[in-house]
Amino acid sequence: MSKGQSAADSSRLPASVSEAIDRLRPRYPTTEALLLPALHLAQTHWGGWLPNEAIEAVAGELDLAPARVYGVVTFYDLYHLSPVGRHRIRICTNLSCALRGANEVLQTVKRSLGVGEGQVTPDGRCSFVPFECLGACEQAPMMMVDDDFVGNLTPQSALAALEKLT
Amino acid sequence: MSAFEPVLTRNVGNPEALTLRGYRNLGGYEALAASLKLEPEEVIAEVKSSGLRGRGGAGFPAGLKWSFIPQDTDKPKYLVCNADESEPGTFKDRILMESDPHQLIEGCAICCYAVRAATCFIYIRGEYVRPAEILEQAIKEAYQAGLLGENVMGSGFKLDIFLHRGAGAYICGEETGMLESLEGKRGQPRIKPPFPAVVGAFGCPTVINNVETLCNVPHIMRRGADWFKAIGTDERNTGPKIYCISGHVEQPGAYEFPIGVSLDELIEKAGGMYNRGTLKAFQPGGASAAFLPAAQSHLAMDFDTLAGAGSMLGSAAAIVMDETTCLVRATLRLAKFFNHESCGQCTPCREGTNWAEMVLQGIEAGRGNQEDADLLLRICRNMGGTTLCPLADAAIGPLRSLIKNFGEEVTAHLETGACPLPYQPVFAAGVDN
Ligand SMILES: Cc1cc2nc3c(=O)[nH]c(=O)nc-3n(C[C@H](O)[C@H](O)[C@H](O)COP(=O)(O)O)c2cc1C
Ligand code: SF4
Ligand code: FES
Repeated sequence: MSKGQSAADSSRLPASVSEAIDRLRPRYPTTEALLLPALHLAQTHWGGWLPNEAIEAVAGELDLAPARVYGVVTFYDLYHLSPVGRHRIRICTNLSCALRGANEVLQTVKRSLGVGEGQVTPDGRCSFVPFECLGACEQAPMMMVDDDFVGNLTPQSALAALEKLT
Repeated sequence: MSAFEPVLTRNVGNPEALTLRGYRNLGGYEALAASLKLEPEEVIAEVKSSGLRGRGGAGFPAGLKWSFIPQDTDKPKYLVCNADESEPGTFKDRILMESDPHQLIEGCAICCYAVRAATCFIYIRGEYVRPAEILEQAIKEAYQAGLLGENVMGSGFKLDIFLHRGAGAYICGEETGMLESLEGKRGQPRIKPPFPAVVGAFGCPTVINNVETLCNVPHIMRRGADWFKAIGTDERNTGPKIYCISGHVEQPGAYEFPIGVSLDELIEKAGGMYNRGTLKAFQPGGASAAFLPAAQSHLAMDFDTLAGAGSMLGSAAAIVMDETTCLVRATLRLAKFFNHESCGQCTPCREGTNWAEMVLQGIEAGRGNQEDADLLLRICRNMGGTTLCPLADAAIGPLRSLIKNFGEEVTAHLETGACPLPYQPVFAAGVDN
């Protein structure tokens, strides 16, 4: 939960998020269409994942049933229902990357972080998941560290990229 | 062929193209200005005459699609630009958006004018955070300069372009899945008809075009349909085309050619085979395209030639595999992808993609039996043409070609009870750990 939010208004969106959503309203002819952008904004606010209170708050803001929002959240790979690390690592394991050594990168990162797929390191620093093609196969094997592509990986360069994260 | 000057990628690597001023210095927005002086129908006629076919996978003629938008209705009309780019092996749209964002904006604007749409959504995959930032900045500049907004270039034409971020789902690249997603729902494809041209986004007439398709449009309007038609293999396969090449080549990348280049030429452009390996197989059009054997590497990679060879141009993403590659494993990796990405609405697709993965896993792990090849073919038969959207057909593309073109490799697995190759670069979860 973010700073400054009390339990009482826990199913309300913070003003900053709600205002950001309001700015998008004129773009769409329906309120429902705001759901994906709203979930992106909420997820950023809640530190990279969507706790129940976030889902309820988005539902309240857009006048949708929480179950309806939940159904959308579970459909998409970029929304998370459990906590993620401060840094989110997605390692592409699809064919073009696999042909160029994605497996070695994946296994090395896994060993180094010492946690399973989708889990967070005990210090809260990182979480990682194997991922489908990320649209950067010319840099195979590659991964995403937060919002950036890191490509032409070797197991060593992948570890070096992880070490830089704080 | 050596005389070919890149068209779509001419500004790649030129930072000038990232700013509006730079793009205009390079001739940008002249095509929009010229189009606004024509009747919308004249723009459609020019694009029709160019023979431009969709670059997103299906190859539908763009001008014809635009002409399906009904004009005898009061409903708003929309353009949805498909920037979801999730077909494994494909990264050309990202490069176009990152390197030349105004080229896409100009293409969108001309299309909107032609079909009389006042709103365009660019649906960009959620993972493309940096490309989205670049595009957002370019859109902002275009508004400030009066190229978008209430009165485009003083012509009285009103146009808004909005960026809409996806959230990670391959099926949202399918056009009606994309519309559902845009409307704030799970990205589950719709039953057609009605087609989006009549009932699309928010119940209104909608054109859906791929990024690269739209990037061609300013060039057609500036240089003319005849210039465009002169590029390519024949009148059904016209224009420049960006080919992605990845896998076992020295310099994977996006290379622009007249449509109809061969894989051999592409490999040469990409610096040859990786570590001087020998070509074994390739997918010419992304993960959904049937594998072709090395003997087909001379074929013209255009819509009709590849369809004739039992594969497809698809997104024109060549995935190259050398002799170290176990094709059972490669197919298994793709089967896993389709199983993960099936939206689950249709039983043949939901069940079939799951079964395909399980059976291939068994074969690769040495647990297969003699009936498995037949079983895979039966799964293909059940999935082919029986579903709401073409994802199921995409999934059987590589699968069927494995058995048809590389059946002896499957047999070798069954007979030896293991993968016969000493080292397999491809990760196959469940087999490796
Ligand atoms: C499963 C599936 C995924 C698709 N993914 C994409 C995609 O990522 N990008 C794209 O432009 N088209 C994709 N398509 C094709 C679209 O449905 C549609 O044909 C295309 O966007 C139309 O634009 P075009 O005529 O300009 O090619 C996909 C189709 C299917 C069945
Ligand atoms: S074919 Fe597959 S992906 Fe397409 S609608 Fe049916 S279940 Fe969904
Ligand atoms: S396969 Fe890894 S980025 Fe495309």
